[in-house]
Order: sequence, then structure tokens, then C-alpha cells
Amino acid sequence: MRAPVSWLTEYVEGVPVATGREVAASLVRVGLEEEALHGGGIAGPLVVGRVLDFVDEPQKNGKTIRWCQVDVGQNGQRVSEGTPQGVVCGADNFTVGDLVVVVLPGAVLPGGFAISARKTYGHVSNGMICSAEELGLGSDGADDEHGIVVLQRLLGDQDAANLTPGDDAIELLGLADEVVEVTVTPDRGYCLSLRGMAREYAHATGGTFADPAEMASAAPNTSGYAVRLDDEAPLNGREGCDRYVARVVRGVSASAATPPWMQKRLTQMGMRPISLAVDVTNYVMLELGQPLHAFDVSTLHGPIVVRRAQPGESLTTLDGVQRTLYPQDLLITDGGTAVLAIAGVMGGAASEVGPSTTDVLVEAAHFDPTSVARSSRRHRLTTEASKRFERGVDPDVTGIAAQRVVDLLAEFGGGVAEEGVTDVDHRPARPRLDLDPSLPARLVGLPYSHDEVVETLREIGCDVLEMDGAGPKTPTLSILPPSWRPDLTNGPDFAEEVVRLRGYDQIPSLLPRAGSGRGATHGQRVRRVVANTLAGQGFVEVLTYPFVSEKNHDDLGLEANDPRRTTVRIANPLSDEAPLMRTSVLSTLVEALRRNVSRGARDAAVFEVGLVTRPLWEPQAAPVPGTDRRPDDVTLAQILDAVPPQPRRVAFALGGDADPAGWWGPGRAADWTDAVGAATAIASALAVELVVVPDEHPPWHPGRCARLELADGTLVGHAGELHPKVVAALGVPSRTCAAELDVDVLTVASDVTVQARELSTFPVAQSDVALVVDETVSAAALESALRQGAGEMLESISLMDIYRGDQVGPQRKSLAYRLVFRAPSRTLTTKEVNGLRDRAIATAATAVGAVQRGA
Amino acid sequence: MPGPNKSYDPVEVAALDPAALDAAVAEALTVFAAADRLDSLKAARLAHQGDGSALSLANREIGALPPTAKAEAGKRVGMARGRVAKALAERQSQLELERDRRLLIEEAVDVTAPVARRRIGSRHPLELVSERIGDIFVAMGWEIAEGPEVESEWFNFDALNLGVDHPARQMQDTFFVAPPDAGLVLRTHTSPVQVRSMLERDLPLYIVCPGKVFRTDELDATHSAVFHQVEGLAIAEGLTMAHLRGTLDHFVEALFGKSLQTRLRPSYFPFTEPSAELDFRCFICGGSDDHCRTCGGTGWIEWGGCGMVNRDVLTACGIDPDRYTGFAFGMGIERALMLRHGVKDMREIFEGDVRFNTQFGMEI
Ligand SMILES: [Zn+2]
Repeated sequence: MRAPVSWLTEYVEGVPVATGREVAASLVRVGLEEEALHGGGIAGPLVVGRVLDFVDEPQKNGKTIRWCQVDVGQNGQRVSEGTPQGVVCGADNFTVGDLVVVVLPGAVLPGGFAISARKTYGHVSNGMICSAEELGLGSDGADDEHGIVVLQRLLGDQDAANLTPGDDAIELLGLADEVVEVTVTPDRGYCLSLRGMAREYAHATGGTFADPAEMASAAPNTSGYAVRLDDEAPLNGREGCDRYVARVVRGVSASAATPPWMQKRLTQMGMRPISLAVDVTNYVMLELGQPLHAFDVSTLHGPIVVRRAQPGESLTTLDGVQRTLYPQDLLITDGGTAVLAIAGVMGGAASEVGPSTTDVLVEAAHFDPTSVARSSRRHRLTTEASKRFERGVDPDVTGIAAQRVVDLLAEFGGGVAEEGVTDVDHRPARPRLDLDPSLPARLVGLPYSHDEVVETLREIGCDVLEMDGAGPKTPTLSILPPSWRPDLTNGPDFAEEVVRLRGYDQIPSLLPRAGSGRGATHGQRVRRVVANTLAGQGFVEVLTYPFVSEKNHDDLGLEANDPRRTTVRIANPLSDEAPLMRTSVLSTLVEALRRNVSRGARDAAVFEVGLVTRPLWEPQAAPVPGTDRRPDDVTLAQILDAVPPQPRRVAFALGGDADPAGWWGPGRAADWTDAVGAATAIASALAVELVVVPDEHPPWHPGRCARLELADGTLVGHAGELHPKVVAALGVPSRTCAAELDVDVLTVASDVTVQARELSTFPVAQSDVALVVDETVSAAALESALRQGAGEMLESISLMDIYRGDQVGPQRKSLAYRLVFRAPSRTLTTKEVNGLRDRAIATAATAVGAVQRGA
Repeated sequence: MPGPNKSYDPVEVAALDPAALDAAVAEALTVFAAADRLDSLKAARLAHQGDGSALSLANREIGALPPTAKAEAGKRVGMARGRVAKALAERQSQLELERDRRLLIEEAVDVTAPVARRRIGSRHPLELVSERIGDIFVAMGWEIAEGPEVESEWFNFDALNLGVDHPARQMQDTFFVAPPDAGLVLRTHTSPVQVRSMLERDLPLYIVCPGKVFRTDELDATHSAVFHQVEGLAIAEGLTMAHLRGTLDHFVEALFGKSLQTRLRPSYFPFTEPSAELDFRCFICGGSDDHCRTCGGTGWIEWGGCGMVNRDVLTACGIDPDRYTGFAFGMGIERALMLRHGVKDMREIFEGDVRFNTQFGMEI
């Protein structure tokens, strides 16, 4: 919402002149945050000039420029003082003798546009003759809105007769006036008017508010235009329209122009002047906050009937769009049949006031905020009117606003108001509310006195009665909030008004003692361990958007029936190319890897910890219980169940070299061992034992994919090298390796209190064995057999070498292990160690057909 | 060469010549000094201290002297041998020192050669700031609460006093889950975690909820459809706006240091009443530049909203609003990162360019 400083201060007395910045600083203290400052920023010389002579000069580019001699009078400039100046102008809507606005070299126009003498079209142009737009004035009434401002037209011949070339035009046209733009929060609908803004400005500055709505309006009578309120389906028991004021003004001059001051204000407010009738309704809306509509009386045939829409009805609105109406839409109709407007949102094209309109029906009505909000939402149509009605319009200002429109149409359009004044008034009585006057102090933590509370509430327009409370020392306040404050409904609302007007800067600072925390949860600590471990392993943490597409699933090589294709879909995605919530973190992480490579990183290793969405259900609507109490347990369980499971995952991927090349030697290309190794490192960091099983699982290479499980077989995730086709489809480096693990599974698995083993200090004995097995036997299976056979004395086992070749024959491989034995309380003999080793070999022979190499 | 002069086998020996003894010592000292390496010193030692050396012979001859002469001769020879041994030891250690020094010099490398043999990983600075914020509150005795990102509308809106017709519900730029009657959204703030906490946890309640939130904003220098918030919620008897301000003051100081000036200004949120926004003094212009790009010339930068928990929200969560009061706040973590570390462009946070992260290290 904007407010020109000059307009705002018109309604506030006793406040020193302030700049736009100062006004904004005052308004922010009462909750109107500065959004922008407009206007101002203009510096002279900007003067009145008289066109003495000109020559139209056609140019080669087809344009005709006008070479003018302009009398700029006694303007105080050394260079141009008293001498007619030559100025090149591109417009032709003026003639010799016209008074124009000339900006001379040295001036700055809004937007930091500095003016200097310049050579153009073969002349030296000493400045510029200004258009309305360049001065931020909007249209001057001429058809060509880019035309030059002719002061006789803008101000009228009478006023212009008093002007002399050289007069300061900044002062004359009020161009230095700044416009403050603030954000109005949804609870303060009344601030979408100068009336409301000025009220707040008075609160902020201690000035006296002069209410522009305090004016006389004609009393309602029975001879006005017939209006019937006929809402047969009120929403939440509230009538869609509870007050409708209709006034008729006849004989408005079709050619009457909007006065320049009003045009200027409309322009300052960001609106385009259109015609007197439209401009006046807009102006009064900006002034008083009451949206108004003007109908062309000649298009109406019957009484105004306000009713809900019927199925199949439609309306072509002012913006030229034909809209099918919804049965809940509240309509303004002509005699109950022809639809004139969607109430409080937008009028129809057919009844619009136009260039030939002379008789105007002025509508000032009060519509139910919910009804307007829903219509506005259903039609995706937000208008100046709907914005105000949704947030609540003062129902007491209706008649006054209509009167103001009538007066302005009479004054500037020569119209005559009809005697009849229609005011169908169904306003419900506003309830009084009780307030414990100590509540503001208790809620804010500042000892506001009883009188301070009462005084503040009266200041904002409340009618406050001091009542005896239940006890002798507990008085109660009975409060009738002002008509423009439907947001004030309970104690904290009043408390906010007190602290707002008394100043948020007065609130003391006091640290509460919580003192019962148990620190981060196991799951939160696990997450840090996972992330820190991966960072320690050389991976860089990234954050990616969790949105994917079907194509992404195709690229990852997911089968048609892969459960990862069961997704939650966004109804209004940012991009139609990524409308699905990811079902794996890896699916979005690979893009980060690709981006790094495309930006010139030869090697990259990235990871992300985040949620995935894995809907397991048939989507079912969650109940939406009321909020007047805690939902019952069954309802609450239904709401919780409707939310899809979102496990936390960690994914990591690396391409290029795992160990960099350098002067120390060649690098080492990343391979599947880096992925499995990092997964193992995470498990070790959490003291969780992982079992590695070969698997075929997209998007991994079917021969290089490890399934990682807990000892009980619970799936933790997968790691290995990506499928070559996936690598090609994603555009990541060849042989890119990756893993994805379920952090929630690791969290549960690691949530045990490890009990320490006693460390033996007796000597170790080591024994090396080389075993030949079929190619199909996995290292994990062989190691598991060896461990089982070696028994409890086995301290560790390491795979030292894998050999394939002539010595072991085709489809066979030899695995060399180092077994380390240690007993808890004695030194093992060589004989014992050999016996344990032989038992290990024997078990491996039985389990996987291992044969000792060379045996 | 005479043998040992044993009493049962007296041998006639010449009296020790002091001059010859001095000469032998002097010669040994000269030779030791001249030895420039440990092996030449070893040869000199054998020659001048070994069994066949003049001093060893002289020593042996002492035994053959008559008892009256033994003491005096023994003293003289002993002193001479002592001088030689001392000189040898000194030279020995000197040469060993030289050898060690030479060896270390020979083994010297250029330690300035770059040694990036292993890839260095890093955490994302946003996560680090988020963890740090969590730590600040945990240190105050608060706990960290979490919830899902795809959330029910009831938790995200209704329970927070944002009914279907509330104008603010339209301002949230919400991502809705299809089909619309599923009643699910991508949470627009972390406030639904507050609702879940109020429904699940015991009072008094002090929690912070850091997490990812979603709005339908296109990614640009200051906006992102996905961003992070930290919200705090305290519910107990007797909490006031003063406690809210105290908590925020402590939070800001712990995260940004003492020098950052803040203000609370009146604002509006459906879930709090009274409500406020927390602003920082512009750290670029300090409020002195009308054309400052960082603060738009206002001198203040908005960080987040806060206020006393709305009675209706407490009621919807089954908390007696006449007995308990509470405060809540919600701040953007991206903005904290951008302000604290001078990150100019929101896009850098979400592009996943490893060069962005690695500047920050592992502790922020
Ligand atoms: Zn600034």
C-alpha cells in the first residue's frame, strides 16, 4: 500500500514536516514495514517555459523532430537566464504560445536521470520539454499519454494565466512529493486506505488524527434505487452482503476530466487515471478503504438483487474474460437475472461506465470476507476490491464513501445526485469483549498500568467501559472494538495493541531457564557422524532439490515396476520437468556430480543426507478436524497415517580419480571399492557390522553392486559402480561409483550401548593361508567360513591377495588370507595355531569347496 | 717389549721418561684433532690408545717399578692417559655430531611441495550453521525436534490458525501434493513440527526445529523454492514477550557476536499474538545509505518472525491457554549463512558446486 507524504499528512495534525524516509521509519514502529520509497529524487532546474517558435524537421529515419525556441525566463541559471533556449523535442502536441515544463541542464529527473546539454539531430539541445510520464504525473488528459505537458491544459487556462516563464515547476506540480510504500499485514485491512495509514501515522508520531470519514452523508430514505439482499446460502451463517448503499447521480458530463490533483494522486498510488467516474471511485477507495463500483444506469432494468450464483451462469468481467460462475459466488444482478458483477471482486463488462455514460449508480457495499476470498480464489482474480474485502472493510463507512463519490461526481462532472438514498442495512451488532486489564502486562512482561491499557485502547478507537470484576481488586474492561478492526477478537489482540502503541523497543530482555534438556537425540548424533565420516573420506556435502521426473527414473534404469517409481506427485510443481518427490537421494545427487564435472572439476566426490518420500499407501484424504480442541486420538492417528513415510537416507557418489595425481605419482581412479569402503567406514563409525552380499540392483552395474545388510539381513543400502548405461544417460564420468544407505536403519542398529571387550596382552600368532575356490564363491562367504572354523581365538582376518591365472585354472581364483590369533589369558603354541588354521581351512572346504593352494 | 712387572717375576725396566710421556700425549692430541671423520678417528684411537700405544706400554711398565716409584709414576701415566681419553671422547662426539648433521642435511626435502595426496571432503556450511544453532539451544536446555517434509495440511495450516479462508494461507505460495484432496503439502514452514511437539510432548516445552521448507519461488539471488528454517517454541507457565526477546538476544549474540544490533517490530502471523519481526541493523551501511542494496535503504534487514503463541493454536493442541503461555520464532538459516559469511547469492547454496563448500572447513 502506498501513501504520498502530502496526502498522508493531510489527515494528521501537529506533526513536523517529515521526509519519506522519516515517515517510513515512524510507520514501521507501529507495524507497517517499508517496502519502497517512490517519487522525490527530482532536482531542478525544472521550470515553466513558453514556446516562442518551432520548426518541424523531418529526419532520414522517418521521424520528425521539432526544433523549438523556448522562453525559460528568469530561472536563476547563469547559462540560460533570460535567453530563449533551443530545445529538440520529439512530440508535436503543443503549439506556439503553450506553457510547458522545461528541464534544463544540471537537473536530475526521477530515476537518477541527469540532464545535460547534448548534440542531437544537428542541434545543441539545452534540456528537454517534459512529458507527463517523465514527471511521474500520468496522463494530462490528452489522448497521447506520452505527449508533452501543456500547462494550460493541465491546470486550466485561468491558473495558467498566472504563470511566468522561469517559475519553478517542481513546486508548482508538487513533484518533490515522496510516496511511501509499506507492507500491510492481513490483519490490518483498514490500512489499505489513506484513512487507516494516517491513523497509524498519528499513533506513531503522537499527532492528532483528522478522520476523513467524519463527514455528513445524506440520510437513507425509501425513494432510492431498489436493492434486494437475497443470500439464500450464507457461509458460516454470515450473510454474503450485510449492507448495500446505492446512490444515483445523473447528468455527469461525459467529457468531464478528472482534476489534475486527483490524477496525480492516483498516479502516485500506482493507478492509471481512466475517466472521471472510475477515477472518483478509485480515489474514494484509496481515501476511505471502501471499494466502490459505478454502474451505467442506462444498462440497468430492474432492482439490484444480491444473490448466490446458479449452476450454468457466467459473466464476462471487466478484464474481458468470460467466467463460469460457481454456485457459491455472490453476485450483483439486475433484477435477479442478468449478472452485473461478482460481488466484491469484479464488475461485468456490460454494465461498465463508458465514454457515453451520464447517469451513474454508485454501489458501496459490505461483503463477507470469506465469500469474497473464496470467489477471488476460485476465479484466480485478485483485485483492489477483493484484497480489501478479504481483509475486512469498515462496515460503518459504507454510506459515507458513497456520499463522497456522489459529491465528487457533482463537483467535477456536473452531475446531480438523486434524492433517493438506498441503504439496506443488515449489519449484525458487534459484540463487546471482556478484557482482564492485567493481561497485557502478563503477556508482554512490562508493568503496564491500568490507565495505560485503557488509554491505549481508546486511542485506537475502542469504546472501553471499566467494570467491576469478580473480586474487589480485579476490574474487567468491557470493550467494543472500532468498526474497522474486525481483527480484535480476544485478549492477546488487545495486548498487542498496547505493546504496539507503547513501543516494542520497551520490551525487556529476560532469558527463560529451560533446564531439562537431554541433548541431541541418538538419531541427530548419528546424522552428524555419518556426514562427518563422509567428509573425512573426501566427500563434499551438497544440498539438492528433492524434485525428480519420470525421465530421471528412466535414466537410472529403474524397471517399470520398481517401487522407487511409486512417488508423491506435486500438483503445482516449479517445473513440469520435475513434478515428483524423490524416492532416493542418489537420484538428485548425481546432478550435483554432473554439474561439478561440467564446471571443470575432473574429479568430484559428493554426498547428501536427506529425506526421501516412499509412499506405501493408496492415497487417502486426511481428516481436517476443527481447531477448537485437541483432535481425538483416532482422528490424530488418521492424520498422521495419511502422511507418507519419509526415511532419511545418505547417498554419495564419486567420479574421476579417488586419489589425486601429482608430483608424487599417478592418481588412483575411483572404483567400486571406494563406494563400499566409504559405506563400511560409516558403519564402523557407528560400530555397526555390515554384511556385504553381491546384488543386481539398478542403477548399479549388475556385476559390481554390493547389497549392504545388517547381521540380521535388514537392508541398509547398496554400493558399487553405476551401470554404464546409467553413467551415459546421466552424463557423469565413466566408472562413477555411488552408494545409498538408510540412515534410519543405521540409527536403530547403532542404538545399543557397546560393552567393552577385555584386551589381551598376550602375544599374537599369525598364519597365512591361500585358498582356491570357484569364481562364483564370494570373498564374504569364504571369509565367513574361515571365521567360523577359526573360532574365538581369531582376532582378525585380512584378505591379502586375489590371484587368477594358469596356476589355479579357469573359473577359479586364489584368495590369500592372513589369520591373526590371540588368546585372552595365555600364549598360543605353534601347534595350537596350526590346529586352528587347519580347522578354518576344513570349514571353508566344506562350506564353499575351498582347496588349499598348492595342495 | 717387557712383560707385566709382577712381584714374583721382577723385570728390570727403565724409569718412565716424563718428556717422552708428554710427547706421546701431544702427538695423540694432534692426531685426534686432525682426524676429520669417524673412521680416521678410529684408526687414531687404535694407534694412540690401543694395546700397542706408547701410553699403554708405559702403563704396563708401572707394575715393574719399585714400590717407592709406583705411586708417582702411576699418577703421571694416569693423568696422561686421562688427557688422551678425554680428547678422544670430545673429538668422537664432535665428529658424531657432524655426521648426524650431514645425514639430516642429505635427507632434507622440499616441504613446500604441495601434498594433496588424498581428497579433502567438507560439510555444507548451511548444515554447519544449522548444527551450530542446534548446539546453542541444546546448551540452554532446549531439545531439537523434527518432522516430515511432506506434511498434512492440518498440521501445516489449520492447527496454526490458518483456516482455509485465511488470507495468509494464500500468501504462503504452497506446493500441494496431488490429488488436492489428499490434504498434503510440502511444509511451508517448520511450524508443523511445533504442532506435533505440542501434541506429543509434556509441558513445559522448549524445542527448536531446524529443517527444510518449501515455497513456490523460482531460484534467484535471494529466493529458493527449497530453503531452511529454524523455529523455536517454548511453552510454560508465565512466559512473556520479555522471555522471547531474551532468548532471541542470546541466540543472536551466540551466532553473530555481540556487535549485531537488532530490533523487534510489530507484525502479524496467524499463529502468534502479539507478533513481531526480528530485524538486524544493516551490516553493510549501518542505516546510513539511502541507496544501500543490502537493506534497500531502510537500514534494517529482516531475519524472521516471532511472537506469543496464539491461544487458538494452544487450544487446537490441547493446551490450556489460560494456564500456559508460550512464545515461538522462526528464522531463515540461509539468511543467517549469507549475513554471517557474506554469501551474496542464494544459488550458490543449492548448486552443489564443491568449490563453495570447501571454503568453510568443518567448523563454522
Ligand atoms: Zn544497508
